[in-house]
Amino acid sequence: MSAEASMIETEAEVPAAGRSVLRRLLTNPQGITCIAFLLLVILFGVLSPLLAPYQPNQADLNAVNAQPFSEGHLFGADRAGRDILSQLMWGTNGTLQGSLLVLAIAVLLGVTTGLLSGFYRGKFEAVAGFITDLIMSLPSIVLLIALFALTGPNVMVAMAVFGVLVAPTYYRLVRSVVLSVRTELYIDAAKVVGLSDQRIIGRHVLWAVRAPVVIQSSFVAAAGIAIQAGVEFLGLGDPEQPSWGGILQNANSNIYNNRFGVLWPALLISLTILALVLLGNVLRDVLQSSAHNKTLKRSRRRALLNEAQSARTTSSPARSEEAFLSIRGLKVGYPDGPDHVRTVVHGVDLDVRRGEIHGLVGESGSGKSQMAFSTLGILPKEALILGGSIYLEGEDLLADDKALKNARGRRIGYIPQEPMSNLDPSFTIGAQLVYGLRAVKKISDKQAKAQLIALLTRVGIRNPENVMRLYPHEISGGMAQRVLICGAVAGDPDLIVADEPTTALDVTVQAEVLELLRELSTERGLAMILVTHNLGVVADLCDTVSVMKNGRIVERNDVESLFSDPKQDYTKVLLESSRSVELMEA
Amino acid sequence: MTIPILQVENLVVTYTGRGGLSKKVIDNVSLELNAGETLSLVGESGSGKTTIGRAILGLAPVTEGSIKFRGDTISNISRSQRRKVARGIQVVFQDPYSSLNPSMTVEDILVEPMAAAGATGGRQRVRELLDSVGLPGDSGSRYPKEFSGGQRQRIAIARALALDPSVIICDEPTSALDVTTQARVLTLFKELQEKTGVAYLFISHDLGVVNSISNRIAVLYQGSVVEIGEANQVARAPRHDYTRSLQMAAPVADPKKQRERRAARLQFLAAENAAESPRGASAQL
Repeated sequence: MSAEASMIETEAEVPAAGRSVLRRLLTNPQGITCIAFLLLVILFGVLSPLLAPYQPNQADLNAVNAQPFSEGHLFGADRAGRDILSQLMWGTNGTLQGSLLVLAIAVLLGVTTGLLSGFYRGKFEAVAGFITDLIMSLPSIVLLIALFALTGPNVMVAMAVFGVLVAPTYYRLVRSVVLSVRTELYIDAAKVVGLSDQRIIGRHVLWAVRAPVVIQSSFVAAAGIAIQAGVEFLGLGDPEQPSWGGILQNANSNIYNNRFGVLWPALLISLTILALVLLGNVLRDVLQSSAHNKTLKRSRRRALLNEAQSARTTSSPARSEEAFLSIRGLKVGYPDGPDHVRTVVHGVDLDVRRGEIHGLVGESGSGKSQMAFSTLGILPKEALILGGSIYLEGEDLLADDKALKNARGRRIGYIPQEPMSNLDPSFTIGAQLVYGLRAVKKISDKQAKAQLIALLTRVGIRNPENVMRLYPHEISGGMAQRVLICGAVAGDPDLIVADEPTTALDVTVQAEVLELLRELSTERGLAMILVTHNLGVVADLCDTVSVMKNGRIVERNDVESLFSDPKQDYTKVLLESSRSVELMEA
Repeated sequence: MTIPILQVENLVVTYTGRGGLSKKVIDNVSLELNAGETLSLVGESGSGKTTIGRAILGLAPVTEGSIKFRGDTISNISRSQRRKVARGIQVVFQDPYSSLNPSMTVEDILVEPMAAAGATGGRQRVRELLDSVGLPGDSGSRYPKEFSGGQRQRIAIARALALDPSVIICDEPTSALDVTTQARVLTLFKELQEKTGVAYLFISHDLGVVNSISNRIAVLYQGSVVEIGEANQVARAPRHDYTRSLQMAAPVADPKKQRERRAARLQFLAAENAAESPRGASAQL
């Protein structure tokens, strides 16, 4: 199903990446506020020679401890009569340079080593990993204070060292991204085409780490400013140069004479850090989310669901009395923008009798899996059932959540496509099966085990006692599918929904599993909905076939008539395509 | 008798796993691919079919044996020597989603192999390539995500064709596609072969696909070739029991025929079990 969903998504038009990212950043209110504030801070610093009312250390004895908003001193003055506003402006440059230095060093070191060790692995990775761990275990602020003994009051050296100390965060981030990218097939394709490693890294790998590095940089810049202010506040900065932390320290020691002095540097430092952190969050949303917002407004969602519910109570369409499962007018949609819903199943009817195996066949995007998931109540959270009813022996499962919950596992069993991802890797087969069975049947642990062992034997597993003790990774895909089939029938359901149950299996295993499903269906009189794209599987197992295309059933017939005498053009094309790649007859 | 364009001789591929335990994935496989033909490697998961393809492409280590292209050894050669081979051997991978870089335009994707080989041709060549795989000529400025699975696979085929190779390794190129799309892509493969005379090493688990596209078929089982022969013979009169069980297990899209095949298969398995052949036992799971 996930493949199908991503298919639908990818086929939608998506605008080219670069420009739209900037546009989305600038149209985001939080983003534009943060950017505006940071630009203001930068201008504040860069233009200080032009804008600052006073020189950096110009003292005005008449203005000692001047209060804010006093004449000529908007933010007041310190105990030496220096204008606080001017000092902050002059100090901004140092802060900007410091955080740029941190960023430059950390990005240069962290990103290059991360790229190399992620791409080449081996010894380089081992050594780099060791050094990274070592650096990360160092307490940075203590180290920076100790550095003072060596270099004296030099904030830039301290910031450079801090750059080295935060480089590991980039290293780890970049390495993990590269590790996942290097297994992508387009990297293999680039190797086959003859691209050099440099070009592969420059062209393909670097692009993938771009977004996470930009996001991380916002946070690192914020940390850089905080650390720099901290170092200066401790008095380790250059006393000759005004700095944000230095001004704060000065004001702090003078707090009894001028209470408001601390306010301005504290505000400026906090707001700048806040702006960077918030910008980082916005960047994450913009760079790592899909191109346009697909969530539906909550009110619209509620209205649509209410509409479907009221339609259900007022008109109850004729359902088939003999059918065990009777689906009427099922409509399923997915949000596509705040007001729009894209319908993927357009009012489909389906009846399944006891003992009937009903094939639901179609290509990706036809809505066949959506039908199965609706019946089981396991549609993705954002999906909306826009209308229709699903009657299980006359009871509408969509009208009543409780009815659906009671039916699942007890009356409806589910066989998924990917056997491995549907078993929890951290529990044994036995534990999962027992847990599942005891959730739907009031029996003791011992009884459950005994029943399951008998059933495992029935689905063709030799040595079921041993298999119960194994973890999912210790068994083959075919065996895992048998285990899941055992789980699906353990609750004695009357209906099985099987979603591409053999697609992930080898052809010989597929034949075995089809054989097993046929036997179980006959033995237990099971009704079955078999979702598949494979017409061979349909021909092998099904009694009735519904062909789906674009969310509608285009043709339905018993299996022999459908294959021998297809009525619709689409069915004919589908049959021809499968036969053209068919076995040559013996 | 002409010399085969690609020769795989006594290939052994061993992977070293955790704790230094080594696992032989490919055990002494020999194959020959002639110019302009399609040789299929068919087998189930774990048969090593993909590994053979990757070894030829230089993406998997060759432990023993050799691989020759036009008579020159290409196994275990340096990256710079490999670059020269790139012009001759190209690849189409299974997954058209992960085989195209989402951040590059189609034109960039198609130009990349030419740039790497130092060849020129540029836009004109891109249009020719797009045309030859049946995509509109203005697709170049668009991104992979704007295309469907089948169209993406066409872009990947165009990239493989960019350097006019004489061999294309097709690693399950239609497995991720819908049946109608699959049929069209297979037709495209055949047309391109008629036009350019390229040879395909076609790797697949799908017997239907393999039977319809191959000149010859090699059946792999657990890293060894159990049967190799003309497609007609392997499909209609398989000699090896494993091939027979494979061919019988594949369902056909015809309920009546499938019923007969099913009965024949069960009979065959029963006979095998009665003979207590080890093959029959492993086919159970």
